[in-house]
Amino acid sequence: MKKIHWESVVMPLVGIALTLLAWQMISGRTVTRSLADGTVEEVKLGWVQDLPGPVQTWEKTRKYVVEPFAKREELDQGILRFTWYSLVIVAKGYAIALVLGTPMGFLLGLSATFSKMFDPIIQVLRPVSPLAWMPLGVVLFANAGKSANELAALFTIAVCAMWPTVLNTAVGVRAIPQDYLNVARVLKLSRTQTLFRIMIPATLPYMFTGYRLSLGIAWLVIVAVEMLTGRIGIGNFLWNEYNNGLYTSIVLCIVTIGLVGFSLDRAMSLLERRFKSIL
Amino acid sequence: MSFLVINQVSMGFGPPEARREVLSGVDLSVEQGEIIAIVGYSGAGKSTLLHLVSGLLKPDTGSVRLDGRIIEGPGPDRGVVFQNYSLLPWMTVAENIRLAVDSVFPGWTEAQRAEQVDRHIHLVNLTPARDRRPGELSGGMRQRVSVARALAMDPQILLLDEPLGALDALTRGTLQDEISRICRASGKTVVLITNDPDEGILMADRIIPLSAGPGATLGPSFPVVLDPTRDRRALNHDPHFKELRAEVVAWLLGPGARPAVSVSRKLILPDLEPEDLEIPKPLIGGRRRPRRRSEERRETVDLNP
Repeated sequence: MKKIHWESVVMPLVGIALTLLAWQMISGRTVTRSLADGTVEEVKLGWVQDLPGPVQTWEKTRKYVVEPFAKREELDQGILRFTWYSLVIVAKGYAIALVLGTPMGFLLGLSATFSKMFDPIIQVLRPVSPLAWMPLGVVLFANAGKSANELAALFTIAVCAMWPTVLNTAVGVRAIPQDYLNVARVLKLSRTQTLFRIMIPATLPYMFTGYRLSLGIAWLVIVAVEMLTGRIGIGNFLWNEYNNGLYTSIVLCIVTIGLVGFSLDRAMSLLERRFKSIL
Repeated sequence: MSFLVINQVSMGFGPPEARREVLSGVDLSVEQGEIIAIVGYSGAGKSTLLHLVSGLLKPDTGSVRLDGRIIEGPGPDRGVVFQNYSLLPWMTVAENIRLAVDSVFPGWTEAQRAEQVDRHIHLVNLTPARDRRPGELSGGMRQRVSVARALAMDPQILLLDEPLGALDALTRGTLQDEISRICRASGKTVVLITNDPDEGILMADRIIPLSAGPGATLGPSFPVVLDPTRDRRALNHDPHFKELRAEVVAWLLGPGARPAVSVSRKLILPDLEPEDLEIPKPLIGGRRRPRRRSEERRETVDLNP
């Protein structure tokens, strides 16, 4: 068995423990005390009085974690079940982003004219927040009936997550060594063959960097999208619990969103490294 | 008429206002089956000359003809072995060669193509490395793959662009012998570009020096009259070899062929002026510091004899 480097396991655990400790220390807690006249008073103590501590969070949100796939009611489901709804919609939107973004990146990278024409527009659209795209999506698909919400969500995710793929693919295409293209010219490869046998393999590492960044953004966008559309999912759950005043659930959602995002990024970076090692 | 004819070719790069002439008035003719070496300084335009034959570049003036036809663009009838191997890193040795075979012989059957690939891998003694990727091979092995790829296209002429430039001296020696043997066995016309006169003499039938740029041009041909199975150990003492080497080197170092050498350096004059105490002290900022005046002058000294 491969020996695990203890520092790479223990040190993060120590870090987590310290963070939890600090969190517990600054978080607020509610104490009940009886006053002299016999009434009971609830007092909030701590630096950040409304921030639930880790222990409190665990106690209050246990039912979502220990039965992660339970479906008790529409708005009372296990945390992973909520996450799953979100992941499905993210996957769809992300797929659209890749299908549109990759060819767009290739066109930008291959044609200087195309690049000059559309690069400014892309640079302008790229920093627009999902919160700004969302209402437009709702308006665009307002007539789509039952699936209007889903289409608006997909539109927002795709349009926000597309840009890293577009830009990285374009950079990758521009970075194809002239030598490889010379080989293609000497061998008289057709355009299609040059594209599929030389250009795409040579661009893959860059494309995957773009795909990884795009996935990160798609996951970032989902929370905003669900808050605005009311689609069932983790972002929507977070929003509902905020409206219900259950702050412990908000913390649970934040932790879950973070962990899922981290896992997605890790998975993509493994794939990315596999392609980088070849080149 | 010779097999390969380069007629009064000139070539330059850059925009009109900052144009750099690389080659001017180059003439060359190569017979079928001949192996010639072009020797010259780094950056003189050797690779440019070769790419005019490969068709990757087009001459500004003059013409390049192969077998009577003017070369219009690159094609598989001219096998190029690039200086930096140019193997595709995501393909194995066999796949790299297979790509060439597939594109040059579309009419062949699967078995014929596989046989062509295997035969050429065997020719360069790389059968054990058949399924490895270029990243896992040494520089010498990569260059052998590159040679095999060029030969598998069954070209009319083989163009070698400093094929051994990136290798260490010992690997270089072994590979010179090996490539020389393969080229002679194939009976193909070969143009070899090198910066090493010894390598040219060792591998070629005829060696032609290229003067230094800008506006480089080819010198006289020096025929190599040596036993084709040249033994590099005996060669060091061969009088013809020594004489030939001396002649080629003498031409390259001679007037007109040598690169213009000049030295530029920045001269920095002392940059302090004495403080002028007559000037009254300003209200803020204290007394004015002695004025610094960095003066730079660039001086170019021409070192040509």
